[in-house]
Amino acid sequence: MHELGITQSILQIVLHHAEQAGAVRVQRVNLVIGQLSSIVDESVQFYWDIVSEGTPAHGAELHFTRVAARLRCDDCGHDFPLNAEDYTCPQCGGQRVRVIGGDEFYIESIDVDLAQDVPQTT
Amino acid sequence: MTQNIPVVKKILNENDLLAQQIRQRLEATDTFALNFMASPGGGKTSVITRTVQALRDEVRLGVMDGDIVELDLRELAQMGIPVSLINTGGQCHLDANMVFSALPSLELEALDLLIIENVGNLICPAAFDLGVHANVVIASVPEGDDKPYKYPAMFKGADVLLLNKMDLADYFDFRVDYFRRGVEALNPGLAFFPISCRSGEGFDAWLAWLREKLATHQAQRSEPNS
Repeated sequence: MHELGITQSILQIVLHHAEQAGAVRVQRVNLVIGQLSSIVDESVQFYWDIVSEGTPAHGAELHFTRVAARLRCDDCGHDFPLNAEDYTCPQCGGQRVRVIGGDEFYIESIDVDLAQDVPQTT
Repeated sequence: MTQNIPVVKKILNENDLLAQQIRQRLEATDTFALNFMASPGGGKTSVITRTVQALRDEVRLGVMDGDIVELDLRELAQMGIPVSLINTGGQCHLDANMVFSALPSLELEALDLLIIENVGNLICPAAFDLGVHANVVIASVPEGDDKPYKYPAMFKGADVLLLNKMDLADYFDFRVDYFRRGVEALNPGLAFFPISCRSGEGFDAWLAWLREKLATHQAQRSEPNS
């Protein structure tokens, strides 16, 4: 629901790192988003095209690596994907389980064109 | 040629840095802070009002409210409690920037306890660290027992969970054990208090928890000086 603000934060971080690297253009932004971070990919991409206008990151493709939330059973050690209705272990019926991932929410890397590349590419 | 530059930076890094600054401000004034989160209608304002009524003679407290109208604050203001409205303009959550900007509107030095009422929403507020000492999540019986399964992030980030409107338990098919099982998976050992703002049921236990947290915090704060 707050994808606009999130997208602005992503842009800020991307532009900062692109500038530090001496990039003239950002081609792709690689994001890692866990299932528990309720963010809609399409919505972020939609805002991205608007907020990045006039920056070296305009037109960059946002690539989302989705990390499923997983649970681990304390009783038998079985790992299984989080099911939105029941957290019972499907293997042993155990009810003592814990979340072992899915709250990731970061920018992993960016693919950029560096300044010295420009003469070769144009 | 395109080159890959590693970044590995949390998207909410900026928010987290500001939350850290809020934490420092609160530490400097010895103020213990709570962030109340719930669905709209879950009972945030009622729980806060009742909590304030119970503690106002023993603790110096203030309330910060993220809302679009001042309505929620009127009763508290009439009690003589310092209140501050963060006008969210329809935003879906409070973030650290809004809270940090609103801090000067309350005299923190004069507060032992700062209560922040977040925007009614079980999704978005969960993502934003506000630099408080504890996140209080309120669920309520009429909302249904599936909430921990539908909004895992909210329950995962809670430091204490209140299940409100227990006086309505006979009218709804709310399976407390199913609800708690979901909560336990996400947040093992989470402090849990079934309450009713209407009848006052469970408030003694919740207030005892809060008093203990306040005492522990104050004891830790006075230690370096002793």
